[in-house]
Amino acid sequence: MSLLFKSREAILALAILVLLAVVAARFPAFVTPGNLANVLTDTSPLIILALGQMAVILTKCIDLSMAANLALCGMVAGLMNIAGVPLPLILLAVLVLGAALGAVNGALVWGLRIPSIVVTLGTMTIYRGVIFLLTDGKWINAHQMSAGFKAFPRTFLLGLPVMTWIMIAVVLAFWLLVSRTPLGRAFFAVGGNAHAAVYTGISVGRTQFAAFVLSGALSGFTGYLWVARYAVAYVDIAGGFELDVVAACVIGGIAIAGGAGSVAGAVMGALFLGIVKNALPVVGISPFWQMAISGSAILIAIAFNARGQGPKGRIILKSAEHRQVEAGA
Amino acid sequence: MTTPVAGRRVPDRLISPARRALFSWETLLFVIAVAVFLANTIASPYFLDPWNLSDASFNFTEKALIAFAMALLIIAGEIDLSVASIIALASTVMGAAMTAGFPTPVLVMLGIGTGLLCGAFNGLLVARFGLPSIVVTIGTMSLFRGISYIVLGDGAYTGYPDDFAFFGQGYVWWVITFELALFVVFAVVFGLLLHATSFGRTVYAIGNNATAARFSGIREGRVRFVLFLLTGVMSGIAAVCLTSRLGSTRPSIATGFELEVVTMVVLGGVSILGGSGSIPGVVIAALVMGLVTFGLGLLNVPGIVMSIIIGALLIGVIALPRLWSMVKR
Repeated sequence: MSLLFKSREAILALAILVLLAVVAARFPAFVTPGNLANVLTDTSPLIILALGQMAVILTKCIDLSMAANLALCGMVAGLMNIAGVPLPLILLAVLVLGAALGAVNGALVWGLRIPSIVVTLGTMTIYRGVIFLLTDGKWINAHQMSAGFKAFPRTFLLGLPVMTWIMIAVVLAFWLLVSRTPLGRAFFAVGGNAHAAVYTGISVGRTQFAAFVLSGALSGFTGYLWVARYAVAYVDIAGGFELDVVAACVIGGIAIAGGAGSVAGAVMGALFLGIVKNALPVVGISPFWQMAISGSAILIAIAFNARGQGPKGRIILKSAEHRQVEAGA
Repeated sequence: MTTPVAGRRVPDRLISPARRALFSWETLLFVIAVAVFLANTIASPYFLDPWNLSDASFNFTEKALIAFAMALLIIAGEIDLSVASIIALASTVMGAAMTAGFPTPVLVMLGIGTGLLCGAFNGLLVARFGLPSIVVTIGTMSLFRGISYIVLGDGAYTGYPDDFAFFGQGYVWWVITFELALFVVFAVVFGLLLHATSFGRTVYAIGNNATAARFSGIREGRVRFVLFLLTGVMSGIAAVCLTSRLGSTRPSIATGFELEVVTMVVLGGVSILGGSGSIPGVVIAALVMGLVTFGLGLLNVPGIVMSIIIGALLIGVIALPRLWSMVKR
């Protein structure tokens, strides 16, 4: 029992249940299976991206360019659709383009050893800027997209839209990857202890590169889903979404210092944010609260996660530290 | 690194100081600044006009004010991504106070005070609770701006008093704007603080080896806290200038400033990993960025294309020296 309470995933699951219960107490319609399925569908892009981000964060990096990658690939998907390219080719193209954009990040991190935060801060603006260069800032609207292009993620299959099924498939594949493949274990090894990883024959740079390619491919594919579902593409779609993705990971207990985290955590972190976002209008709070709430959730989550970590300093400084803390307090 | 072979002459000093100054990052930047200046003069007949140049200084003064404090923070091995959001919150507080009828001196004090409090909040979480500054400030980035959105929604504060306009629109002498004067004053203040005080030495010490700094008796937590405080205050001052210049407050004010500030600092030769950098470098980097954006503006290059260039600049300035040293090897 105490083990259950120590697990981050269990606490997070509890938090989600409490959240649902609070909303349901006043608005029972929110927890009907139909509405919960809607929330799940609505949160699918966040879940998919959070998994990609998780791989990157596990290797001690961060990918801030995911939302820009998503927007660029979404725009390319829209443009290809206008040009009359068949849907399977579009899907393949966004997957490859997304992976290529991720590979750019990965190559700079791997080859030139530039800190990932600098690389992706830079590529974030570059990728968004490229959308403007492609389109001159013009929008692609619903009437310009073909019916099949828009319908695919929204087609119902066994009671859930295709988009949700894709998300579920990605979650399962990711769980397999992380827990059952050498690459997945390498993510943890590299982030947990880079030196030890090298001694066991794992290339740190190549593993980080792989994580970036993975997060890029997922971002690119989600770009298509996003544009098709909302039936609009412009420069600023998913603006600031990279922060939601990082927030989902942090809330899900993925350690920002690398090496620790779980697929279940990332999924639940994303679900937590998704439920908050969908519950706000229901309980009558302005959507403008969303940003502050996710910010607070990040801060609470990191404070909570850090609590479990051991003391930082050496033992001989402990007594001095105590005195300093007491004097400061 | 090769070990010295017996019999080979080993120089007592690797590089002479004069040679080092000649080939320093600052000298290279200065040459770039002069080159950009000349290129602009040739490219546009409107460039070399004192009033135009004075107007152009608004491109960088507000960001540079924050960059000075950010440089110290990054040298100490931390980062603050919430600076743009601090501007938004400080501006919102000033707007609310203005609506309540407070006079200009109170508005200025509230703006700077809000920056101070935000910086203290970041500093507390990082220095006192030992949380990683990247995530903390990603969290406060959404929290601070989120509060602005809660207060303002899609609205705006307008109608600041006439005497408030001085900070962003006033001239101290001839073409020298108040902001430009502030830029010069703070360049000197931060230059002295970093390069001529023991506090400045502790900043380098912490950035190079925090553990060693701790063992040599530096209260590293306190120094980190002060640095976050400084960054907050400078963001507050930038908020006063920017709000005064725009004459209005929207929650989306200063979006993307954090990227440009970090770019400015890194372009100025500050190592993103901490431990090295200088204020003169940041000053020249501010001038380079100001000149580039102003020159491109004169050539009618749209803002988003400039942001591509800024992003490429950020990656390029770190990548090129590393590529160069790889090619040489």
